[in-house]
Amino acid sequence: MDRRKFIRKTTATGAFVGLGGLSLQSCIGETKKHLTILHTNDVHSHIDAFPKSHSNFPNLGGLARRATLVDAIRQENPNTLLFDAGDIFQGTPYFNFYGGELEFKLMSMLKYDAATIGNHDFDNGLDGLYAQLPHASFELLSANYDFSNTIMNGHVKPYNIYLVNGLKIGVYGLGIGLEGLVTKKLYKETQYLDPFEIATDIETKLKEEEYCDLVICLSHLGYHYKDTERPDDLKLAKKTKYTDLIIGGHTHTFLDKPTVTKNGNGTNILVNQVGCFGINLGRIDFYFESGKSKQSTGTSIIV
Amino acid sequence: MHLKIKHFVIFITIISFISCKQKNSDLTKIKGKQIPIDSKHVEKVSIEEFVSPYRKRINEVLDSTLAYAPNTISKTDGEFNTTAGNLMADIVLSEANPIFKSRTGKEIDFVLLNHGGIRSIISAGKVSARNAFEVMPFENNIVVAEVKGTDVEDMIVFLIKSGRAHPIAGLQIVLDKNKKLRYAKINGRTVHPEKTYYVATSDYLVSGGDNMGFFNNNTSVTDTDYLIRNAMIDYFKKVDTLAPKVDNRFFMN
Repeated sequence: MDRRKFIRKTTATGAFVGLGGLSLQSCIGETKKHLTILHTNDVHSHIDAFPKSHSNFPNLGGLARRATLVDAIRQENPNTLLFDAGDIFQGTPYFNFYGGELEFKLMSMLKYDAATIGNHDFDNGLDGLYAQLPHASFELLSANYDFSNTIMNGHVKPYNIYLVNGLKIGVYGLGIGLEGLVTKKLYKETQYLDPFEIATDIETKLKEEEYCDLVICLSHLGYHYKDTERPDDLKLAKKTKYTDLIIGGHTHTFLDKPTVTKNGNGTNILVNQVGCFGINLGRIDFYFESGKSKQSTGTSIIV
Repeated sequence: MHLKIKHFVIFITIISFISCKQKNSDLTKIKGKQIPIDSKHVEKVSIEEFVSPYRKRINEVLDSTLAYAPNTISKTDGEFNTTAGNLMADIVLSEANPIFKSRTGKEIDFVLLNHGGIRSIISAGKVSARNAFEVMPFENNIVVAEVKGTDVEDMIVFLIKSGRAHPIAGLQIVLDKNKKLRYAKINGRTVHPEKTYYVATSDYLVSGGDNMGFFNNNTSVTDTDYLIRNAMIDYFKKVDTLAPKVDNRFFMN
């Protein structure tokens, strides 16, 4: 063996070790990932805390307190996303006076990542919602409202993908049927599309084409209705195959803990809603591990 | 020889990357909970400071005195008509009629609102815009429906049956001792089945709210684009004293 050959050989071996080491590192070095999802719904312009004398929610809520809590959680885990499931507007004079400007500005200050559109978010019409868009630094997500023939065209995405610490988080929005609930004059040519069909299409795309590690739905359908024909979050959960978490709203449902139910594949899915008026903040922590795939025994859920 | 090693390196590398991708990010554990927003969480100063001027402005507007109520105005102080109901219906008639007349050349014949739509009392004392927000928190517009006399008759039957003092103005209903209709009059005249009447109400009721089905047959609806709450505030600004009475617009005799 001459000297040149020897060097090339050792370089190759070196490269092998190096690459092997690198790839091992990229697998083992970041085996554990922790993602925190925070959420609110139906805040209804409740910026101030309720007074101490309030019969239902004494001294509860308050956006400035929520800000402190969100800051603390972000400090603890920077890999945090913050969402709202709609009905941001209507409920206090802050909305009547400023048309939602303050709500959007404050949600931007809290660094909300996305919100879906609730029926009351149409209360000042499409024009009223459009007028507040410059104050929102977060995304408005709705997959089953077709705004193409309205002023909102191009300002609402069906879904968005968030890259957090190397994880791909796909988030889509769903809205409630508007006819009979919202005056036509307010929603104009907004088309409501079947939420179940849209949800299964979008989640499949997020999983099979976008390879998302986690799929989240922001829904303003409502938690549950006895009427079997009326879409709700529990019925939606049964139809889905890839959605991991449904963050709900509309029915102002206070749950003792997040609901664990089965999806279309018989796999566990979480459905959560945290009442209304900013009384509570929902927190769901997702823990990911790589490297132990073969012996994986599924996902443990602690609620 | 060294070429084979190179191939091996590339092969191994690809394998390790692929296997890494596949192994990547298995969801192993989920923890979910709800955190109450209570006084344990201190208010963030920068948010408080940002909200403060908005709050101050709202309070100035809402709390400046517009009128005075010598007595408490309530929707439960009469069986068939109440001070709060009469005040609301009379305000809708007086404030919306000029708008309706300027748009259509017609006059409002009478007003029908719903008892459930009155959400608060007005306490005796100073009256402010805040009272209007408390009584009427909803963004409901005043609309005027064109209704046939036969539907007005259904409306009267509904009002007698309902057992609730739904606010009315411009319409008089007189019952006998058995709560049967003695007569009903609109602006002093008997209801004519073939005539059409212009009924001012809320956009909520005209679109089927509170099961007031007789509005389904209307021949036209004119939206005044005037919020009931704004009509109240405008009225409070015009008058010094708010002293509505339980009267004989709907009574048993």
